[in-house]
Amino acid sequence: MNFMTPDETKPAPARASESSPAAAPRADSNSTAEPASAAARPVSAITVKDLSVFFGKHQVLKSVSLDIQARAVTAIIGPSGCGKSTFLRSLNRMHELVAEARMEGDIRLFGEDIYGKNVEPVLVRRRVGMVFQKSNPFPTMSIGENVTVGLRLNGIRNRAVLQERTEQSLRMAALWDEVKDRLNAPAVSLSGGQQQRLCIARALAVQPEVLLMDEPASALDPLATSKIEDLILELKKDYTIVIVTHNMQQAARASDYTAFFYMGELVEFGATSQIFTSPKQKRTEDYVTGRFG
Amino acid sequence: MAPAGVGAPSGSRLADRVFHLLCLAGALTVGLLLLLVLWELIKGSHLSMKTFGWKFFISKTWDPNAGVDGAYGALPFIYGTIVTSIIALVIAVPLSIGTAIYLTDLAPMWLRQPLTSIIEMLAAVPSVIWGLWGIFVLVPVLRTDVYPVLQKILGFLPFFEGPILGVGLLTAGTIVAIMILPIVTSVSREVLRSVPNLQREAAYALGATRWEVTRIAVLSYARRGLMGAAVLGLGRALGETMAVTMVIGNAPNISLSLFDSGDTLASVIANQFPEASGVMLSSLFELGLVLLGVTILVNILAQIMIHALTTAETRRVA
Amino acid sequence: MIVASANHRFRKFKSLAMNSLCIACALLVILPLVVILFYLVKMGASSLNLAFFTNLPQAPNQPGSGMANAIAGTLELLLLASFVGVPAGILGGIYLSEYGGERMNRWIRFWADVLNGVPSIVWGMLSYALVVIRMKAFSAWAGGLALGFIMLPLVLRTTEEVLVLVPRSYREAALALGLPQWKTIMRIVLPTALRGIVTGILLAMGRIAGETAPLLFTALGNDYWNHNLSGPIAALPLQIFKYAISAYDDWHRQAWAGALVLVALTFILSIGVRLFSRGRFQKST
Repeated sequence: MNFMTPDETKPAPARASESSPAAAPRADSNSTAEPASAAARPVSAITVKDLSVFFGKHQVLKSVSLDIQARAVTAIIGPSGCGKSTFLRSLNRMHELVAEARMEGDIRLFGEDIYGKNVEPVLVRRRVGMVFQKSNPFPTMSIGENVTVGLRLNGIRNRAVLQERTEQSLRMAALWDEVKDRLNAPAVSLSGGQQQRLCIARALAVQPEVLLMDEPASALDPLATSKIEDLILELKKDYTIVIVTHNMQQAARASDYTAFFYMGELVEFGATSQIFTSPKQKRTEDYVTGRFG
Repeated sequence: MAPAGVGAPSGSRLADRVFHLLCLAGALTVGLLLLLVLWELIKGSHLSMKTFGWKFFISKTWDPNAGVDGAYGALPFIYGTIVTSIIALVIAVPLSIGTAIYLTDLAPMWLRQPLTSIIEMLAAVPSVIWGLWGIFVLVPVLRTDVYPVLQKILGFLPFFEGPILGVGLLTAGTIVAIMILPIVTSVSREVLRSVPNLQREAAYALGATRWEVTRIAVLSYARRGLMGAAVLGLGRALGETMAVTMVIGNAPNISLSLFDSGDTLASVIANQFPEASGVMLSSLFELGLVLLGVTILVNILAQIMIHALTTAETRRVA
Repeated sequence: MIVASANHRFRKFKSLAMNSLCIACALLVILPLVVILFYLVKMGASSLNLAFFTNLPQAPNQPGSGMANAIAGTLELLLLASFVGVPAGILGGIYLSEYGGERMNRWIRFWADVLNGVPSIVWGMLSYALVVIRMKAFSAWAGGLALGFIMLPLVLRTTEEVLVLVPRSYREAALALGLPQWKTIMRIVLPTALRGIVTGILLAMGRIAGETAPLLFTALGNDYWNHNLSGPIAALPLQIFKYAISAYDDWHRQAWAGALVLVALTFILSIGVRLFSRGRFQKST
């Protein structure tokens, strides 16, 4: 069994604090992160360098460079069509599912090149999980089966382990209390918000290091949305989270860092508080104040 | 229905009504045909039903010379129809589903339409031509090269014992399999295409391999629709006439050996109807009634199963 | 650590194996078409000459034998079948598209689809019961009727599918001008969809051109020219069948030739028409 728990693989946890927006590279320079204080040395979970993505002849991302901090929430914001979803999907090689997709540049997951010559996308996706805009539990499986499907794919058959992981993942997704008595019920019998939390539990069950979320609450009502946001704040203690959202208030509430994309370019990246209160770029300011988009 | 307009002459209102009724009549011919065919077949079978009663369905005899008017029974033909249809499904359904998977998820984009067109061309070949090819090409090859090998490997099973004639149940089943490939493939493909991409992405995001994505996200989701495609193929297989009658051997046997000759409901009608009269003709009508009844039921089942896929989808959105 | 483990290597192998299996399935599915076309050309092409298309069938091994009457007969039967299948089919299709409530239409469509699955020999039996018994003779009428029964639900469904595609705004514009509904349909909607309707009719013809079973005891077949539609008439599939199950090599050879002609006819009607109409559509948009 090739299974590493997060603790074995991650370096010492670093809590990103608002007062030290360290490792926030600016869009106009290609320099890598500079630690602000030695006491809280932030760690990059994912380093992206000069990423460009093409679909056929059409260039969707233009030379994007940034560092995703470990155990923090990074929000990706920007108007429709700015490339934020493509950026997110390039982090777990899901953009390759589209025909004629091509990328240039370098993306490293804790130092390892995920686009290396011998690297399998399947293995990358085990370590970088994803939750989608519309919840998509497998309808022919029960709640429990949905949670464990990733584990079973990897050859874990041991009943005890599966049960333990199921409970663990469902607790982390704040769904355990609601479904613990009906794990055998079909997954589609849950409400929309519950289904989305089930998808989060499913992604967490394989113990990824990074969790990507593509507008996870956009299809949900405000109550369910706030539950998801609370969940994100809890999860960031153990996981690195990257979330794409078109809801700026959500980005402001739930994230530590924010990246603003526009027309395929990374315009500005920094601590969330800084981006929203004193953005450095005019375009950023225009967007966050609602002048366009 | 929009009115003809305030200033329109009353003549056109009449014309509208007449036209409406004409179109309604056209639509109702569907129901009319159905009732008509059932009625005429029941009428035609009346004599046979009176003479043989329920025993008709369990009798193995088919002899014009027995008794006063001959003794007839449906069992050999029901058996032959079931056996050839099962053989056809066993061969065709896995091939069709595999092809459908290839066309939906695996094949390069430029290949998909040409391949689909080729499969459509396969559907356009008439039954009698498959029969012609069957008699002169397939039967000799099977008789000399394939069946002996089959008998050597599987001869311990009762299905593969006995003399090898070349024509027979297995040959007929094989040809019917070829003939139902297009419809099962195209319906399966439609079913697989209707699986939302979001399902596939969920599986990919968990780190599933290509086949695992197909297995978990696509095939499970499309289960019921695929079964509907198979049932539709069964409906087609039940009614295949010409190719079957040319390669099945035309003997009212009930034999466990697949190498043995047999007969199906459709093929015995094709063979004996032109010269039949009296009780025999009526018995053939009764066989036709059985064939019609079974085919209608199977087709209804198939329609329900295939359309159940769409209702399952709409249920999910809640 | 992004390194393959034994478990992962096995899964990768399994994925490759299953995908190869699917490719093999696709190859096996197109194989019969390749094989049958090969044999048709190989066994039939050499027997195709002018005589084949102009002469009547002869006794076995007589020179100058042909299938002219069978080819003509098939075309005549197609025409007769159209009289039965096309008017009712088009009218019914119009009803489903322009009139009709939701529930009624669903039923009609459902039963039309079920009718499409009825074995063609059963339609032959119906035609026999309705016509042959009454006329006490096999005839072209009976054959055409049986084939028409098959055509009807096909034409009905394809007509409906095409009419539904005509934009609603066309109808609304005509009605707003004061045209009565029947004129709107006949003058505006039908002509717009005409190409599609004709395509549907030709496709249905392609389907019935190859049907043998319903003709076995209705049209019966004929070795001579038929100038009287109340008598038996030759048809290409019937001739092929008769020759194929005969004991004569000469007739077998001619059966292959006839089969090649029949396949050409069905292909032109089924596929050629579809390709043609696809091309025309692209030009107009």
